[in-house]
Amino acid sequence: MECRAHVQSRSQQQQLLSLTERSFVATFTAAVVDALEDLPDNFTVTDPGICGHPIVYASRGFLKMSGYSKEEVIGRNGRVFQGPKTNRRSVMEIREAVREAKGVVVSLLNYRKDGSPFWMLFQMCPVFSVVDGRVTHFVAVQVPISGNRRNSGGRDARLCEGSCRREVLGLEEWGPNCGSGCGSVLDSDSRGLQAEEQCEASDHEKRKAACAIRNIVSILTNYSQLTNRLVCGRRCCSDGLALLGSSVIISLGRIKQSFVLSDVHLPDMPIVYASDAFLKLTGYNRNEVLGRNCRFLNGDETDSSTVLQIKECIQKNQPCTVRILNYRKDGSSFWNLLHISPVRNASGKISHFVGVQIEEGCPTQEQDGLTPEMRQRGTVGAVKVALRTLSIGSCSSSSA
Amino acid sequence: MMLKIKRVPTVVSNYQKEEGGDGGGNRSGGCGRNCLRSCCIQGAKLPLYAFKVESAAVEKELSMTRMKGTPVQFLDSLLLGEWEDRMQKGLFRYDVTACETKVIPGRYGFIAQLNEGRHLKKRPTEFRVDKVLQPFDGNKFNFTKVGQEEVLFQFEASEDGEAQFFPNAPIDVDNSPGVVAINVSPIEYGHVLLIPRILECLPQRIEGESFLLALHMAVEAGNPYFRLGYNSLGAFATINHLHFQAYYLASIFPIEKAPSRKISTLGSGVRISELLDYPVRGLVFEGGNSLLNLANAVSESCICLQDNNIPFNVLISDSGKRIFLLPQCYAEKQALGEVSTELLDTQVNPAVWEISGHMVLKRKEDYEGASEDNAWRLLAEVSLSEERFEEVKALVFEAISCASTIASGSPPDKTVESADKPGTANNDADKANQRSHPAVLPGSRECVVLQ
Repeated sequence: MECRAHVQSRSQQQQLLSLTERSFVATFTAAVVDALEDLPDNFTVTDPGICGHPIVYASRGFLKMSGYSKEEVIGRNGRVFQGPKTNRRSVMEIREAVREAKGVVVSLLNYRKDGSPFWMLFQMCPVFSVVDGRVTHFVAVQVPISGNRRNSGGRDARLCEGSCRREVLGLEEWGPNCGSGCGSVLDSDSRGLQAEEQCEASDHEKRKAACAIRNIVSILTNYSQLTNRLVCGRRCCSDGLALLGSSVIISLGRIKQSFVLSDVHLPDMPIVYASDAFLKLTGYNRNEVLGRNCRFLNGDETDSSTVLQIKECIQKNQPCTVRILNYRKDGSSFWNLLHISPVRNASGKISHFVGVQIEEGCPTQEQDGLTPEMRQRGTVGAVKVALRTLSIGSCSSSSA
Repeated sequence: MMLKIKRVPTVVSNYQKEEGGDGGGNRSGGCGRNCLRSCCIQGAKLPLYAFKVESAAVEKELSMTRMKGTPVQFLDSLLLGEWEDRMQKGLFRYDVTACETKVIPGRYGFIAQLNEGRHLKKRPTEFRVDKVLQPFDGNKFNFTKVGQEEVLFQFEASEDGEAQFFPNAPIDVDNSPGVVAINVSPIEYGHVLLIPRILECLPQRIEGESFLLALHMAVEAGNPYFRLGYNSLGAFATINHLHFQAYYLASIFPIEKAPSRKISTLGSGVRISELLDYPVRGLVFEGGNSLLNLANAVSESCICLQDNNIPFNVLISDSGKRIFLLPQCYAEKQALGEVSTELLDTQVNPAVWEISGHMVLKRKEDYEGASEDNAWRLLAEVSLSEERFEEVKALVFEAISCASTIASGSPPDKTVESADKPGTANNDADKANQRSHPAVLPGSRECVVLQ
């Protein structure tokens, strides 16, 4: 019995390890983990590109503070630490920051594993790929708020003197808005203030959080040089066209079906998003798929009239359903019940086509009673909802 | 005096156009349109989603296990799949995703949509706005008259406590199911109507069981961008047949960002706060030891408003974790000629979505020129005055027996001792309130309309 449990936990450990590796290795090399382990701070790193936006790294300090083991934390969404008294509006602010790939600082009531609540200063910032401006990760630092909530002055300012520039972290919108003391009665004019039971961090705690963020981002940046997939703490340019925001990526990541998105504004309509289920179905890696037109799935026996049918539908901006012979990476073929539909962004114009694949004769993955066709339609619907707000804030984000 | 406004009614069903006569050819039995009335319902089948009713203890555990990965929930896929199916069948009046939408620059980020197709085709009709409760009128359009193809599925509590899905379930006429139907004039993708116990033909009036059903739907969908809303009569509901609305918009609504001040915690653990720094005054409900506690606190508050003839809107937000209750008086002001023509010209009817910060605009010039100031100005007209809001708050707190700890902020001076007496027991008290109400509030004519 003991032996089996041991084996189980080992395989579980490997699985978790692979999640951290899966997220880190390509961008930073595995050695980045050792460097992060040396930091004393409480922090987590999340990957918006993985289904569910899970935590892919949790520091020792964080685990100690929360009472969870690494195994219990990796792979989960940060929500697990929230509880009944967590302020929903603060959660909303964090969600919005993730959506808009911005930094955020809030006081947040979280819960330890034993169920006991504690106040902490939560500071999060995105890490961007220099190559395409995509958000690769979010870094979140958690500084417990001490009993003494009053500002203690600049005693420890020298800790990170002059180096914690707010603008680097993209926090200018948030910094000055944080409340003014625990339990104070507020007038209705106090903007952005939490008038509910809310705890305010001291200046010292705020500096500590900002400083920790800076150190972590700096380590990530350094290690990304080793792989030539550079990241940095603020978004650098990019042509913007192929860019799906992290909020869109997170929404798309929740969809379990096999599907790809093609950008109609790029030459030859390349794939700009491929779901995990698509990669599993076809046997390709993500980087072998992104940037290519879907036709690479076709092969010798593929019916050219079906291919033409697809082409015509796309030209007419119409949805279509076809049965087409496709090929996997290993050369084996399968009948693909393919449904294609145009998708519009916030401007109301068609920005992408979604293609949803169902392998004919493949026993349905789940016995939930939904027909494959209905699941296909549901996927199109979920994609339409996700892209509907693509570039919805274009006027506000251009100034940020 | 009877107060009325003229407005173009929203066409929510393709069968609403032929209002009045039953029309239609008499094919193969029934009225020919395959509706939900006794003429057509025999043998009819629709998908049925039966949700699991959790006990309080299980609920908490489940919320932990559900966190893992959070894939698209089943109800989400079902609703989106069925909706997209109807879209491809061409049942909607327009493709709402082809309507331009944007976030208006500013502190709150009001969301504007240009929708020129939604309201054009009908002539304005008179609506009585001075009675929040009106009896059901079978001669007017109601949801039993829609065609079955507009119904997506039945939505019910599971009988054996386990969530279940039946792709093809007969409609249990005796048990009058809740159904989810499309709105053929959608405001956003996935716009549907939840019609509790559809065959009972309930008027637009909140009661405990139906509200709990709506709250369950928000929880089951498990998607913070899928919200449910309710408009009372006099607060821009146009159909007097009990219904909630819902749609998807993957953006945060301004009302969800507004700060709030906690007023009270009920014995059931439900926390009630007051919105701050938002143009419409309102209450926020959250927490509670069970979903039922939360639902009861809100529905009892709504019942109190109804019985006092105060029009209101409700937003169920954050997957059922936060509920906004907003009494309003715009329609009444409009009927009394107190709204500026500038505002009226925009033809924006401030119902629950507009109040939450999602503005559907009909004229291009309003869309192009949309600003936070404009949105704020409109919504400020919707809100009760501070004085009146305080009065209404006191009425509500009296009704929901707010005997618990009272935090900072203006506490209601009357607290009722019995915290566990929902439903029938309170009705008498409410009726008493209704009678005494005008006497209690001399001179505050805003939103108090006497016959």
